[in-house]
Amino acid sequence: MGDHSKETTQTVTPAEPTSPHRKPSAKEKSWEENSLRPTLEKNPERQAEFTTVSGFPIQRLYTPADLSGWDPDRDLGYPGEPPYTRGIHSTMHRGRLWTMRQFAGFGAAEDTNQRFRYLLAQGQTGLSTAFDLPTLMGYDSDHPLSEGEVGKCGVAISSLADMEVLFDRIPLANVTTSMTINSPAAVIWAMYLAVAEKQGADWKKISGTLQNDILKEYIAQKEYIYPPEPSMRLVIDTFEFGVKNTPKFNTISISGYHIREAGSTAIQELAFTLRDGLEYVEWGMRRGLELDEFVPQLSFFFNAHNDFFEEIAKYRAARRIWHKAMVERYESQNPRSWALRFHTQTAGCSLTAQQPYNNVVRTAIQALAAVLGGTQSLHTNSLDEAWALPTEFAATIALRTQQIIAHESGVTNTVDALGGSYFVEALTNEIQRGAWDYIEKIDALGGMVKAIERGYPQREISEASYRYQVAIDKKEKIIVGVNDFVTQEKPLDTLQIDESVAHRQGERLSKLRSERSNDEVARRLGALRKAAQGSENLMPYIFDAVKSYATLGEICDAMREVFGTYEEIAIT
Amino acid sequence: MPEKKIRVLIAKPGLDGHDRGAKIIARALRDAGMEVIYTGLRQTPEMIASAAVQEDVDVIGLSILSGAHNTLCPQLMSLLHDKGMNDVTVVLGGIIPEADIPALKKAGIAEIFLPGTSTQNIVEFIHKRIAH
Repeated sequence: MGDHSKETTQTVTPAEPTSPHRKPSAKEKSWEENSLRPTLEKNPERQAEFTTVSGFPIQRLYTPADLSGWDPDRDLGYPGEPPYTRGIHSTMHRGRLWTMRQFAGFGAAEDTNQRFRYLLAQGQTGLSTAFDLPTLMGYDSDHPLSEGEVGKCGVAISSLADMEVLFDRIPLANVTTSMTINSPAAVIWAMYLAVAEKQGADWKKISGTLQNDILKEYIAQKEYIYPPEPSMRLVIDTFEFGVKNTPKFNTISISGYHIREAGSTAIQELAFTLRDGLEYVEWGMRRGLELDEFVPQLSFFFNAHNDFFEEIAKYRAARRIWHKAMVERYESQNPRSWALRFHTQTAGCSLTAQQPYNNVVRTAIQALAAVLGGTQSLHTNSLDEAWALPTEFAATIALRTQQIIAHESGVTNTVDALGGSYFVEALTNEIQRGAWDYIEKIDALGGMVKAIERGYPQREISEASYRYQVAIDKKEKIIVGVNDFVTQEKPLDTLQIDESVAHRQGERLSKLRSERSNDEVARRLGALRKAAQGSENLMPYIFDAVKSYATLGEICDAMREVFGTYEEIAIT
Repeated sequence: MPEKKIRVLIAKPGLDGHDRGAKIIARALRDAGMEVIYTGLRQTPEMIASAAVQEDVDVIGLSILSGAHNTLCPQLMSLLHDKGMNDVTVVLGGIIPEADIPALKKAGIAEIFLPGTSTQNIVEFIHKRIAH
């Protein structure tokens, strides 16, 4: 495998803060001489260097000299038109607000069903499902490894029977649902489609988003089951199935969120996510799917961290890079493939356990960046999430934060309010350049799957994450309430999930296994196993198994037998 | 005579894959001169206890963010006891509700480090504890 140490020290440093190519105007030079210099002589600045939360250097002032060669018609364009810097719709949030989509899930299906119906009643406009760890890892609630984890980080779903309870009295024909599930995504999606079918909803009309992004699992969140090759096959199977059967469903949400949470910089988040996107495009084309048929069903998911302008520039650069790649690399002819649509979640890793009410403020700033960056949907975190899953009280404030931005702040009155700002445009350019350098580096490694196998993105993130921790420990970066402005405080009331959920789930599974036709289950699982050994699309087999009430664990096990499991080489 | 290096096993029990904290701690302790072994992800209490015996460590650092600490920590402590590892210092970091802390300490966890703890505090705690 060779020595990777050279790779780990690579830092992508786009444009010096004061580039030698910069040609300030006579007026700017005179300002430097007559105003700036005397000021600095009298009062030096607070720090020698100003950087973003990612450590990216920021200049004192941005002027037309920072945008030399920048052509507003070419580089900025108009909203709804290439290169989509200003947004993917011509009227953006004047036409339609973003979808307020709060991620929720805890306990057993009935507990989450109740929270879903509460959130819809509070004016939430879409659902988003959090699954517990056993579900995410393809284990039933009664598996030995599930002990202590059932219903804790999300809702426990072990079979179609649980899924029916989860969406009870929620009409899937009218509500769009996002499901944060990756390795077992095909199975959970089959369950969702089975519930929709039972409700009489038309698959051609239902809409929602499956996260289904296995690459970022190997890179960052580490909830993988199978090795990369068969995992990618399952992803492409869902693309193919989606093109034919559910044209309005986003079959993937290519996610930078978790990459950022793992400690990456903004540029790394952007670069690795978009390169993941290109990897899926290439695997889809290799399967023989028509580029401009499946790419419009790909969606993206980014983090919104604390650094306001860095985040806004990141979203703007994301749209421009995706457009460039689709048109230049793949010669896409369909504008629906060019426009990058994305969901945003405010940064969980930025929340502090200390003085938790401050998290409402952090989340509001982050959410504002997502909105000004042109997001299509948004989740705002709750103030208590550094401690536990949110209480209903905390989740309501988080939703209200979005409603205040939408209806009171005035930022939705115009499209891309920051377009043309010297700073925002220069930063958008620099972030684009930095991300593109990484994309080319990964191309040179043979693509993302190869880069992951060599530990390249994992190592880059690990380095960035450690650098950030050191900066906090040294107080080079201040976190209010953590390394400065510290006070003593009383503990919060948090949501507790007790072990009764695991007992309820256990009983429900025993009942299911005694009431269903176990012969049919065995037949369906046998057919799936056989198909997995070949190269057919597995979605129809998974769907049949789900409908026979085979459990999630049984279905994932059938594929484990054929595909094997994946162990990463731990990098510290 | 050179001082013997403190040996630490950093372990991530349970199904969760969020390893940012575990990896930062592993590196910070190594930078502080300790010998650090990182188990990788999804270790059962049995696997962690066996690794601790095999590596003859002074300290076990657990990282749990998923809420499974009340199940996993007592299991590990009883396994360590069965294996005669009564001297090992076990510390825990992650998302741990304050209400759970007294029971975890009673089960034998030496210290619980909550989000926002600086790496220096953890290094100092281990140095003091092992010096005794």
